[in-house]
This record gives sequence, C-alpha cells and structure tokens, in this order.
Amino acid sequence: MSPTMFDRYLRAFSETLTMVSISVAISIFVGLVLAVTLVATAPGGLYPRPRFNKAVSVVVNVFRAIPFIILLVALLPFTRLIVGTTLGTWAAIVPLSIHLIAFYTRIAQVSLNEVDHGLIEAAHAMGFRRWHIVRHVMLPEALPGIVGGMTVCVIAMINSSAMAGAVGAGGLGDLAIRYGYERYETEVLFQIIVILVALVTTVQFGGEWLSRRVDHRR
Amino acid sequence: MIRKSAAVPAAFDETPEAAPAEAHIVFEGIGKTYAGGVRALNGVSFEIRRGGVFGIIGRSGAGKSTLLRAINMLERPTEGRVRVDGVDVAALSEAELMRLRRRIGMIFQHFNLLAAKTVRENVGLPLEVAGVPAAEVRRRVDALLDLVGLSDKAEVYPAKLSGGQKQRVGIARALVHDPEILLCDEATSALDPETTASILDLLRDINAKLGLTVVLITHDMAVIRAICDEVLVLDGGDIVEQGPVWKVFGDPKGDATRALLSPLRHGLPADLAARLRPEPPPHGGHAVLALRFTGESHPEGVSLAALLALAPDAKLLHGGVDRIQGHAQGDLIVSVPVAAMRSAVGARFSPDSLKVLGYVAHDV
Ligand SMILES: Nc1ncnc2c1ncn2[C@@H]1O[C@H](COP(=O)(O)OP(=O)(O)OP(=O)(O)O)[C@@H](O)[C@H]1O
Ligand SMILES: [Mg+2]
Repeated sequence: MSPTMFDRYLRAFSETLTMVSISVAISIFVGLVLAVTLVATAPGGLYPRPRFNKAVSVVVNVFRAIPFIILLVALLPFTRLIVGTTLGTWAAIVPLSIHLIAFYTRIAQVSLNEVDHGLIEAAHAMGFRRWHIVRHVMLPEALPGIVGGMTVCVIAMINSSAMAGAVGAGGLGDLAIRYGYERYETEVLFQIIVILVALVTTVQFGGEWLSRRVDHRR
Repeated sequence: MIRKSAAVPAAFDETPEAAPAEAHIVFEGIGKTYAGGVRALNGVSFEIRRGGVFGIIGRSGAGKSTLLRAINMLERPTEGRVRVDGVDVAALSEAELMRLRRRIGMIFQHFNLLAAKTVRENVGLPLEVAGVPAAEVRRRVDALLDLVGLSDKAEVYPAKLSGGQKQRVGIARALVHDPEILLCDEATSALDPETTASILDLLRDINAKLGLTVVLITHDMAVIRAICDEVLVLDGGDIVEQGPVWKVFGDPKGDATRALLSPLRHGLPADLAARLRPEPPPHGGHAVLALRFTGESHPEGVSLAALLALAPDAKLLHGGVDRIQGHAQGDLIVSVPVAAMRSAVGARFSPDSLKVLGYVAHDV
C-alpha cells in the first residue's frame, strides 16, 4: 500500500469515527430526553400531557419514516443554517444526528416503558418526587436496554455514514464507493469491508459487554 | 402450618374490647368507581385502631387493594374520606402527600425492588431522595438490615436473593422513614409456607417493637389467624363483617366469610358423608354429630371429661381445636350410639352448636 493510499484510509477512518461518535453522542442525549418526555407525558405517565405527547410522537414518526439519503437532501437548508455549509463532515453530522435521534428515541422509549409499573408505584408510595422517579427508578432500571440500544445505534450510524459521501463528508463508505465501485479497485473495496466488519464486530462485542456490566436483573 | 410465634404480646390475654382503642385510620363512606365504570367499593366505613395488626380478606376482585391504596392515595377514592390521624388525606397538597407517604411504609406481593441497585441502595434510596446525609443513611440502613436479618447481603443485587430475603429487603425499605403505618398488599402470597411464617414473625415483631399500625391484605386465612388482631371481610365492594379475629373465625356471619374460612374448618370427610343416612337404622346404629365451639362460651378449651360424658361409646371421628387470641375454637365430629344420644346432650356439656349430621348403621 502506498503512503498516500494509507493516508486516505487513515483520513477516511477518522472521518467515519468523527461522524459516528459526534452524531451518536448528540442523538443519544437528545433521544433520551425525548424518550423520557414521551414516556412521562403519556396518558397515565408521571406528567400526563396527552396532546403534547401526541404531537412529539408524530414528529418523531415523520423523521423515522424518511430514508436517510432523502433526509440528507431535504435538510440541506437547515444544515446550512446550523453549520454554515452543506459540504464536509460537519454538514453530514446534522442529518445523521436527526435521523438517529428519531431512531434512538423509539428504542429508549421501549426500554423505559418496559420498566415494571410496580416499581414506579412503590416509589410513589415511598414519597418520591416525580423527578426522582425518572432519575432513580426509570433510567437506572431501563439502563440495560438503553445501553443495548446505543450499540444498535452506533452500528446503524456506521452504515448510514457511508452515504454521507454524497455531501463530501468522506469516511470509509465514501472511499469504498469512489475507489472500489467507481474505479473498480476491488482490493480497496475488500479491505474496507474487512475494516467495517472489524469495526462493527468490536462495537457489537463492546456493547454486549457493557450491557452485561450494567444488567443486574439475573 | 402457620402458628403464632411465642412472642405474642400480652395484650392478647386481656379482653380486646376492654381497652378503648384509639382510631388511627378512619374510612368514611369510601367508594370507588374506576374509569372504565367498574365499581370497586360501595361506600365502606370502618376504623383501624392504632398499634394493631388489621387484616383485610375477601375474594379476588373484592376491592381489597383499592381500599388499602386509598390510605396513601395511590388510588384516589371517588367518594368519601380517609382520615389518617384525623387528617383527610385527599385534601393534602402534593408536598404534604409526599410527607404523609413517608410516614406510611408499604410492601408488595412482588417485592418491587430495584434490580439495578444493591440491597443497601434499595433500602437507602428513600432517605437519599429525601435529602438525608449519606452517613445517616448508612447508619439507618445498617440498623434496618440488622433488624430484618440481612446484614450480610447489603452489597448484593436483589436478583441474587430468595423470595423471603427479597421481602425482608422490602420490609427494611418500608421502615426506612420510621413510619407509623405499614401497608402489606399480599406480602406473603408469593412465598412458601415456611418463608411466610418467618415473614409473619418478623411483621409481628416489628409491630410489637416499633408499635406501628399494620394493615395487611391476604387470601390466606392462616395469615390472618397467625398475626391479626382484627379482620375485615370484604365482598363485592361491601363490608361483610368486621371484628376481632377469634370472633369472626369462630362464628362467621356472612356467606363470603364462611366460604373463605372453609379451608381452615374441619368439615365432614367425604367417605363418612357417603355413608350417612337421614333416619336412624331400625336396630340402633350411631348418630354422627357435629359440635362447633366458637370460643365464646368455652374460651378456655373443650373439656375432655365432658366429651367422654357424651356416652361411654362416643368416638371422636374428625376435628380440631385452634386457639385464637386466647379463645379455643373448632369443629369436632363425633359418633354416639343412638340409644345413648338423649342423655348425651346433657347440661354439663354444651358446645356452641350441635348438629345431627345423620346416622350410620354400623360403628364407623
Ligand atoms: N386500575 C383499574 N382500572 C379499572 N378497574 C380496576 C382497576 N383496578 C382494579 N379494578 C377493578 O376493581 C375491582 C377491585 O379490584 P381490587 O384490585 O381492589 O381487588 P382485590 O380485592 O385487591 O383483588 P385481588 O385479590 O385479586 O388482588 C376489580 O373488579 C378490578 O377489576
Ligand atoms: Mg389486590
């Protein structure tokens, strides 16, 4: 492998890592906030606001329904507003995050809803404030699912970021398409596949290990 | 079989009616219609006295949990008032209700422990969220784990505990705010008989040591017999009867109560029932009698001499006597030769009820 090619790999790898880590971090934070909001404002929840709940839910569904590549294009004006450009890694992070927020909100929401209602009731009986129920009961009890969802998200992001080449964001997927697909350099394509498989496997095992660490249910 | 522990407070030996009991929790016409239109309670009124162990029994769906949960407003009644220490709990603000709830501990059938927290964290959490300093939390938790006999499990997660141990953690957690009332919704229903007995001993112990008022729901009459002072029978949202356990158990008035108590009663065994005939056989035979002692007229027990005086050939076929709150009560099924029967029902021997169940041709 020539030094310039190696540099390309290194750059693509770091671009993928940047896109994935930043958009995952943003999405997990915002997604968790949205999931807690959805669970808490649901009818029968801690702060029931049925109409507000419905509205948030519809918005999340809209973003869930749009395929990433279309979202990427549709969001261009918004992206320009946020990061000042529609090209490059940062320009890809905006649609990636929004796509992932909607995805992760639903995953986290399922985990939060699975928390045994008896625990919430017990907390009420013990005189917990509602916020304490979220903080000390719902979030810790849902943690194994929340962490498991993060693993799924990171992997989904590694996949989606391959499409971010469309806005010149670079990354491994972009490299594979430009050299492997457009220039028929199958060797590059093959090497990138190996790197991606290794990356996804590492994330998967790491995520499973972390999930087990935080799961005390058995 | 669940038996009363040796540490039964002396209060049982006094007549329960003698001490004027102060009401701790008062229900005034509590009614509840759930959102779907289900009528769970039909305006029930009664009092729970301070420092006692009060049992609520009834069939599934009778409204027991709804009633219990009205005490700490986990379920708001749609009619009536619940007063705790004279205070109408429905009228409290959110902050006041939170303070009230800290004075009322609660334990559950499925324990409801946090899987993500250790035993120590589970017990300490209610104090932590109430802003108690960490050192004080530690001290309290240690003392409570000691009380429930789980000091060696402090750093263990609930998943690693047996059902009985989980309920002990539940009890420790419920006591962490030094409550005046402990609510138990089928706290032993998920436990085996031996573990149930140990949990009941613990509850009895806590009731005696800390003097708190215990209100418990159960399907298990043996639980009521083992630790309650007073019992309330609920059926279809109405009170069937209420009173000291020995009275209700000794002489149940309602059909629902009798049905609930039947597993504890010594009924007529099937083989005997099959041989009974309504009329005495032409040449003698034996009468089968059911004697019932309610604990009212012979609280001290059933005289064996009197039993013998029934007739020299009388036989005890089936039965048993239980001592509940110092009142001996139970059912005895005896056979007596028909010839000797008249003298048998003499003045010296008077069960609270005597019924001729039928006759058998030969000796049984
Ligand atoms: N949240 C609810 N919504 C609607 N109906 C309810 C609700 N909770 C209880 N009910 C109904 O109210 C009635 C009384 O229920 P409750 O739970 O108080 O009975 P219970 O005596 O505790 O029964 P069990 O012994 O089975 O626990 C039942 O008919 C039940 O179906
Ligand atoms: Mg119930």
